[in-house]
Amino acid sequence: MAFLQLKSIGQTYFSKQTATTALEDITLSVSEGEFVSFLGPSGCGKSTLLSIISGLIQPTNGTVSLKNQLITQPHAKIGYMLQQDYLFPWKTIKDNILVGLKLQGCLNDERTSYALSLMSEIGLYDTLDKYPNELSGGMRQRVALVRTLATNPQILLLDEPFSALDYQTKLKLEDLVSTTLREHGKTAILVTHDIGEAIAMSDRIILFSTKPGRIFRTFPVSGHLRKRLPFEARQHPDYSVMFQQIWEELEQIEQNDTE
Amino acid sequence: MNKTTPSKTHSDYLLNLRKQTIKVRLSQLLIFILFFGLWQYSSDQKWIDPLLFSSPQKILALLAEKIADGSIFGHIGMTLSETAIGFLLGTLFGTLLAALIWWFPFLSRVLDPYLVILNAMPKVAIGPILIVALGPNLTSIVAMGILISVIITTIVIYTSFRNVEPNYVKVIRSFGGSKYQCFKEVILPACFPAIISALKVNVGLSWVGVIVGEFLVSKQGLGYLIIYGFQVFNFTLVLMSLLIIALLATLMYQLVEALEKKLIKNRTL
Repeated sequence: MAFLQLKSIGQTYFSKQTATTALEDITLSVSEGEFVSFLGPSGCGKSTLLSIISGLIQPTNGTVSLKNQLITQPHAKIGYMLQQDYLFPWKTIKDNILVGLKLQGCLNDERTSYALSLMSEIGLYDTLDKYPNELSGGMRQRVALVRTLATNPQILLLDEPFSALDYQTKLKLEDLVSTTLREHGKTAILVTHDIGEAIAMSDRIILFSTKPGRIFRTFPVSGHLRKRLPFEARQHPDYSVMFQQIWEELEQIEQNDTE
Repeated sequence: MNKTTPSKTHSDYLLNLRKQTIKVRLSQLLIFILFFGLWQYSSDQKWIDPLLFSSPQKILALLAEKIADGSIFGHIGMTLSETAIGFLLGTLFGTLLAALIWWFPFLSRVLDPYLVILNAMPKVAIGPILIVALGPNLTSIVAMGILISVIITTIVIYTSFRNVEPNYVKVIRSFGGSKYQCFKEVILPACFPAIISALKVNVGLSWVGVIVGEFLVSKQGLGYLIIYGFQVFNFTLVLMSLLIIALLATLMYQLVEALEKKLIKNRTL
């Protein structure tokens, strides 16, 4: 049985004038410890799908289940990381990373020291008493990662978490996130529109087409790339081959759109 | 690096900055002296009617007399406490009402036109009704102070509740946070600056409400002194009360500003 199972998910938005189908018939399973990327042009509904998996949005059709348990609302086992850090500016870094535990009513010494150990793992232990505005964008996104991990979720949903960062910071953070998730044996789903990022980080890439969003192709990433850190993977010959392949598929989707 | 070896240009910059500050302060002082000096002089020379416009000297003499016999403090204390209660309660009720409307979006759609009407209506005009309903006492004066500020506070704070970045709420919701937790952890703290600025506006509004309330009914307070002075044609008393009000209102405003600095020192989004 799959770890995470999506069954014929469909999502339709209604407005006064129209009903727009954002997602149609998405069936997909993710196994434990796997890193899957959702790749596709903007407007393909990949972020919507992520919100559905997190339980923040109810799909119009279909079901999401985690370990055979239906997900209908946000769940403690699912962590969600947004495009920007959205650290609360009025809380210290320490209070920010503990906010999830506080909300779930399980703020005890053991969980706190776990969160603090994560802070030293990502090398930001000495910023605990600072406020978010004293930190750089990259540091803040690292803190946001700790905030998400602090509640010890089994699956992480990453909604373009590197898109607001400069290129160099982004590369460094990809390595850090990849290592951290691997060490803690987390399952992850990454939404991105960056082909390179998808190849460098994931075990499997799912390409979405637009209008309505559907699964267009699935690409397994080669073992050579998977065992390497994202930065090293980008140097590997397999990387460019795969990049070309996905690029052409994306062109195809765009052509279908304009027709 | 620059701290240990301050360069010439940096010290020039600081000097220039200080010169600017001194210039501003001197100009402010000059306006103060000119205003009161001119007032005094033109009153002495009878350019303006001394009976109507009095003079700083007469006002100071009257103030000294009232301080000496202690009678002024009762008036100041009364008005000050009415105003403080008025603006604090006005802000509190406004915030509570805003929270209620935020909690029930249906209510916000229903109440919208009524809030607009109530806000546009001159609240001071309800004064006589208030006095008859609540009695000619402190309650109706405080109610006046609250009434004048509560609707605009509700509107301003509700708007700022709605403008809170929705992704902050999404963070809370993704951790399974309840609506109450969204409010307590995000909406309210994110709107502290708005609440403080409402507090600032309400300091002014509340003074208006309380003074008008005292005009209508009271035996004590600075508003009473103004209306009494007017009735016995003692404009020195009127102007003295006015100056005290200006001074107290400024002090209250400064107090709120100090509170603001303390509460929201770490916020830059």
